[in-house]
Amino acid sequence: MTESTQRQKILWILGTILVLFYALIPVLWIISLSLKDPTTIGDQKFFPTKWTWDNYDAVFSGGLGFNHALFNSIGIAMITTLIALVFASMAAYAITRLEFPGKTLILAGALAISMFPAISIVGGLFNVWRVVGLYDTWPGLILPYLSFSLPLSIYILSAFFREIPWDLEKAAQMDGATGAQAFRRVILPLAMPGVFTAGILVFISAWNDFLFANVLTSTDASRTAPVALSFFRGASQFTDPSGAIAAGAVIVTIPILIMVLIFQRRIVSGLTSGAVKG
Amino acid sequence: MADIVLDGVYKTYSDGYTAVKDLNLEIGDGEFMILVGPSGCGKSTALNMIAGLEDISAGELRIGGEVVNKKAPRDRDIAMVFQSYALYPHMTVRDNIAFALKLAKTPKEEIDRKVQEAADILDLGQHLERKPANLSGGQRQRVAMGRAIVRSPKAFLMDEPLSNLDAKLRVQMRAEVARIQHRLNTTTVYVTHDQTEAMTLGDRVAIMLSGELQQVASPMELYNNPANLFVAGFIGSPGMNFLPATLDGDTAKLPMVSVKLPQEVRERIGRAEPGKKLIAGIRPEDFEDAAQVPAETRGRGTTFQTKFDLVEAMGAEFYVHFGVKADQMQGSAQMDALMEDQGGIAESGDEGEAVVVARLSAESRATTGEPTEVWLDATKMHFFDADSGRALSSK
Repeated sequence: MTESTQRQKILWILGTILVLFYALIPVLWIISLSLKDPTTIGDQKFFPTKWTWDNYDAVFSGGLGFNHALFNSIGIAMITTLIALVFASMAAYAITRLEFPGKTLILAGALAISMFPAISIVGGLFNVWRVVGLYDTWPGLILPYLSFSLPLSIYILSAFFREIPWDLEKAAQMDGATGAQAFRRVILPLAMPGVFTAGILVFISAWNDFLFANVLTSTDASRTAPVALSFFRGASQFTDPSGAIAAGAVIVTIPILIMVLIFQRRIVSGLTSGAVKG
Repeated sequence: MADIVLDGVYKTYSDGYTAVKDLNLEIGDGEFMILVGPSGCGKSTALNMIAGLEDISAGELRIGGEVVNKKAPRDRDIAMVFQSYALYPHMTVRDNIAFALKLAKTPKEEIDRKVQEAADILDLGQHLERKPANLSGGQRQRVAMGRAIVRSPKAFLMDEPLSNLDAKLRVQMRAEVARIQHRLNTTTVYVTHDQTEAMTLGDRVAIMLSGELQQVASPMELYNNPANLFVAGFIGSPGMNFLPATLDGDTAKLPMVSVKLPQEVRERIGRAEPGKKLIAGIRPEDFEDAAQVPAETRGRGTTFQTKFDLVEAMGAEFYVHFGVKADQMQGSAQMDALMEDQGGIAESGDEGEAVVVARLSAESRATTGEPTEVWLDATKMHFFDADSGRALSSK
């Protein structure tokens, strides 16, 4: 018995190391690259022989437009997240709480839309956006992001709303709350874990997007960080920009990390415990 | 405070199912009215309609003389205690109780004073800053009550508020609920499926079955003069025994014995066609070990010989079971409903035999299998029409 648990422990540790290795090596490699001097960047060594912060200086120096791109990325991703959460929570609430014809159709349709391949609409969108003047603007990116992230958020949130006992809402009504008050003061606080889960996913998907941002932007006005990275050039055409790209890639992951760390603490389960029964 | 009047109220769902049929009920100001019945009888639907949580399909609902059919729950000024308590888990006990007052924009000092008052009544003083998740079942139940009483509403609606408590706590809270209602003297509608709660709490009890009101009366009136088979079987525990019977003049023929009916019973049940199929109802407590019946009361009834199949000693009394030769009673709809309410396991004994439960005094020397003389009180017998289930009545 003890022997088998010992074996299990060892296997667990081995498995964990394997997964960590698999997941973290590319990240560590990028970090290592970003700290290497341009002359040693191709030395294929894991630990930089000559440490330098030059790559980071170069990224932020302004010539590459990365500062502005980072600002665009943060702004666009945050606005997308905010709008998606507001609309998705209202839509999900309606879908879970109200009986109306076509309810399942809406939910199924929403899911179908989120599975739609982005590449198949991006060409058409490019033409339309240029005509209506959304090309190379923030709304021009926020809109397509919303249309892909809203369905997913509605799906996630309706699952969370469904978990909330309906009696709570009835109780709020009996206590004199309007529908909006019951939603805002009773239902929404309890659905917060769902809201944060959806929020993280929306933020990440908006932040990571390359396709739309690449096609629908042309200048610093709305170019996002992932696209800006791809436009990095060396100091001259003979200089390898790999170091700067690596540094940019490291920087781009930081906001996501912060977002997840902040929100993850909010995603606690069991928030509704104690609501009903004994 | 106000009276509540349901005037020909119907509830029909979109799928055509009618949950409540032509409900007429007047609940007086300050009255404690119990709605009781087996599950699915429409009692909760009726309560939800009074609350405004469900629409009224037809008929009129008046609270304090005002028609409120179309009013939203928040405009009806009534408070509700839910079976699940429905406490807001993200708020402290204080905030839970104060929520309605906050929504009504009550001044802060008044909220504090009223919450404290409610907490004192319910003995929640030291728990005000805790979250519902950290409270015991009984405490949660009291918070739910507190949320209702803090508003001093026109009426309380309670939807099986005690059914999630364990047996001991339930008895305790039952007394508590009665005490609070008495103290506040607020009109209360209380839904339960437990006939003991109904009997002990209510000023009046309304018994419902498949959406229809069966009888509204005081607990004792229901016990003594049930309007039909269902009411008779539902009220009282253990339930009333039903046996096939026929009337012949002033003699009732029961399977085990013929009973000469006293004058008062004949007056109560009026005339019945001779030979008509009837169902006699006798409560377990209207039997007695013949040896324990004083001579002066003996004349009120009849004795017969039987053997007990089972003797349950309860300490203060005995419950004895014995078989009686009887044909299967033609199951009226009400009998079926009763059977279903008892989980469908009401003892049916062997083929052609009905099982009778009797309550004997603790002094009885009842033993299993011994021939015993049993006395039955003829003045307490009930008779029902076997087809319609209605109680025979001279009125």
